[in-house]
Amino acid sequence: MTNNEALHGTSPVSPPSRRKLPSEFNIFLVLVAIALVYEILGWIFIGQSFLMNTQRLTIMILQVSVIGIIAVGVTQVIITGGIDLSSGSVVGMTAMISASVAQASTWPRAVYPSLTDMPFVVPIALGIGIGLLAGFVNGQLIARTKIPPFIATLGMMVSARGISKWYTKGQPVSGLTDQFNFIGTGIWPVVVFLVVALIFHITLRYTRYGKFTYAIGANMQAARVSGINVEGHLIKVYAIAGMLAGLAGVVTAARAQTAQSGMGVMYELDAIAATVIGGTSLNGGVGRITGTVIGTVILGVMTSGFTFLRVDAYYQEIVKGLIIVTAVVVDVYRQKKRSKA
Amino acid sequence: MVSPSTMAAVRKSGAVPNAEFLLTAEGVRKEFPGVVALDDVTFRLRRGTVHALMGENGAGKSTLMKILAGIYTPDRGQVRLKGVDIELSSPLDALENGIAMIHQELNLMPFMTVAENIWIRREPKGRFGLIDHGAMSRQTADLFKRLNIALDPEALVGDLSVANRQMVEIAKAVSYESDVLIMDEPTSALTEREVEHLFAIIRSLREQGIGIVYITHKMNELFEIADEFSVFRDGKYIGTHASTDVTRDDIIRMMVGREITQMFPKEDVPIGETVLSVRNLSLRGVFADISFEVRAGEILGIAGLVGSGRSNVAEALFGVTPASSGTIAINGRDVVIDTPTKAIANRMAFLTEDRKDTGCLLILNVLENMQIAVLQDKFVKHGFVQQKVLAEKCADMARKLRVKTPNLEERIENLSGGNQQKALIGRWMLTDPRILILDEPTRGIDVGAKAEIHRLVTEMARNGVAIIMISSEMPEVLGMSDRIMVMHEGRVTGFLDRAEATQIKVMELAAR
Repeated sequence: MTNNEALHGTSPVSPPSRRKLPSEFNIFLVLVAIALVYEILGWIFIGQSFLMNTQRLTIMILQVSVIGIIAVGVTQVIITGGIDLSSGSVVGMTAMISASVAQASTWPRAVYPSLTDMPFVVPIALGIGIGLLAGFVNGQLIARTKIPPFIATLGMMVSARGISKWYTKGQPVSGLTDQFNFIGTGIWPVVVFLVVALIFHITLRYTRYGKFTYAIGANMQAARVSGINVEGHLIKVYAIAGMLAGLAGVVTAARAQTAQSGMGVMYELDAIAATVIGGTSLNGGVGRITGTVIGTVILGVMTSGFTFLRVDAYYQEIVKGLIIVTAVVVDVYRQKKRSKA
Repeated sequence: MVSPSTMAAVRKSGAVPNAEFLLTAEGVRKEFPGVVALDDVTFRLRRGTVHALMGENGAGKSTLMKILAGIYTPDRGQVRLKGVDIELSSPLDALENGIAMIHQELNLMPFMTVAENIWIRREPKGRFGLIDHGAMSRQTADLFKRLNIALDPEALVGDLSVANRQMVEIAKAVSYESDVLIMDEPTSALTEREVEHLFAIIRSLREQGIGIVYITHKMNELFEIADEFSVFRDGKYIGTHASTDVTRDDIIRMMVGREITQMFPKEDVPIGETVLSVRNLSLRGVFADISFEVRAGEILGIAGLVGSGRSNVAEALFGVTPASSGTIAINGRDVVIDTPTKAIANRMAFLTEDRKDTGCLLILNVLENMQIAVLQDKFVKHGFVQQKVLAEKCADMARKLRVKTPNLEERIENLSGGNQQKALIGRWMLTDPRILILDEPTRGIDVGAKAEIHRLVTEMARNGVAIIMISSEMPEVLGMSDRIMVMHEGRVTGFLDRAEATQIKVMELAAR
């Protein structure tokens, strides 16, 4: 039937012109819808506007920017078809370690009395470096031993948390330099988040690294036969995710102006939730940073809105769980539809 | 028409008509998208006989077998069990009607015991409805005694050898009191002694009146174990004969006896220097001592039956599963290729056998699928993909290969098999290879697309690419190759020049 057309057709391929709406548009609509619901409920129950309050919106974005930084890395991991459960613990570990070299000499109980008053780049570089190392170990484990990413990063999650407790025997690290604390003040965490998101948005879309990441997630075998060094690439992806978790740890310590071993607990799950809400498929091969940014903001709006409406924290968690599951169900449905189209 | 449950009840009562044939299929037709797998096929299995199904790859044996086992439902035709029309809806349905199939890949649960595997879903229950392990073990022991199998019912299936697992499968089939047993190349993984044991069991089953459908590629087995055989070719039924009435040559003639009617655009192109030379390539337990050369512009066909190691050689050449010994030289220089990345760096390309598993990035679009291999070393500047130039290149290539797709942003999974294949060929053509390995390049695609692909392969040969083409389709191998290398059980059994190659000669080398 189509043979003749195939043989004699003139130009079966039209140039790539017709631009469709990006898939993030739907997620953005969800964000708008959630915000509007809060706006309406706000006027009805509290007599206030939800959106017309710059301070609230600022706090909201500030609260989720650390999650957002992690989610940028987690998105890349999930696009390869993997998962990273270790990011929350890596946040705790890097917060402790970077804070320990960010202490002021005026502080009486410094972890390293000889390493006080360091320039702020030292603790930042150390935190990022330790995160990178943790991610590198994850990647090596997954690529070399072929154990599932779930297990490898679960191990890292437990061990990194252990390290952050062992590091000061559970003591918090305080008395940080003003220079260091500065990156946690004001709007800086949001700036860090957005810069990181922009960098990796470009990386995923326009570089070879990005193309290979999607290819591995879509079909690891085919990617290998196409010449991609799958193992090497996975190590890179997990190392980057670890590095971003390290950066998030630095920002967390700077924001709190102290570091505690319990920092970042459950952050990995929030980051995964933001990623998934943002349209990244857990099956791999599909996902974008823009979606993750919107997903992060949705998480923030939800929490902020519940607080605004004075909803009990218990209900907040219950509803959050529901929303995450719904996001995945919608995603499964959408994938099915696309492959039939 | 009798419903399966009625049939099962009738079976239990024992009031089954004693028809001459245990199982018959008349006028069976089965179509898959783009292919007629079976066309007006007849098959009759007598009580207490072993009936072999013979034919080349793709002749329709497997499809018929799957219809008899309830895995496929025929589009047309009648299946009768002991003279009664039946319509099987699932393998379980077939099993309950007394038709059991033993698959090539055994379907046992490795972490359960032999007894548990055999009696699954039908475990003898003791008090409180709990499973009576003692009774189960005894039943298994009885069954094994009847079949002369020496196995511990309490052994874990995962600890058994392949041969012993096969025994368990057979015992399981017999435990359903099956009248018909379908065996798909049961000896492919067995040693000679194990084959002897298997044959002894088959003979005793035959004496008990069970009918056995036996699929094999091995000619000597046919004469040793089969009473009758039916030959299929291109989805058509050729004939049924008693195995004592014919010679090996007769059977080969029946299997291949077709004229090459399809057109192949093979042209004579100047053949250049030796590009690829392979010496004593071996992969332990898979293939051994493979040596051959391919020259620029030459198409070397590799023929052989499924499982002869053809694809494994291709995978070894491309570094997917590197060979354990032997040398590969390209343009006279020895090279080490232990990853596909290195193969591509040596300007090799590999169109794999399984489009879905190892070819397409199904959820990505056509453009992303086409550009992925060339990105290894081209169209990338400082890590950034030169997307505009590359998209143009891909669009040109897609146009040249006549890939039918609304646009390059279409997901490749929404394309037809033929167009997917053309896009994948495009993926490799973009890398400008000097050695191209094609593994079943036209499997499962329609005739029009097939001709297109043959045209492309010819064109690449004209441009001086050295081509290795693995194919199960005899006309394709004979029509496209300058030389044919035939493999059998991991070894090269011979080379044939284009001029001397005939289907019979190839078959003789492939199925000794």
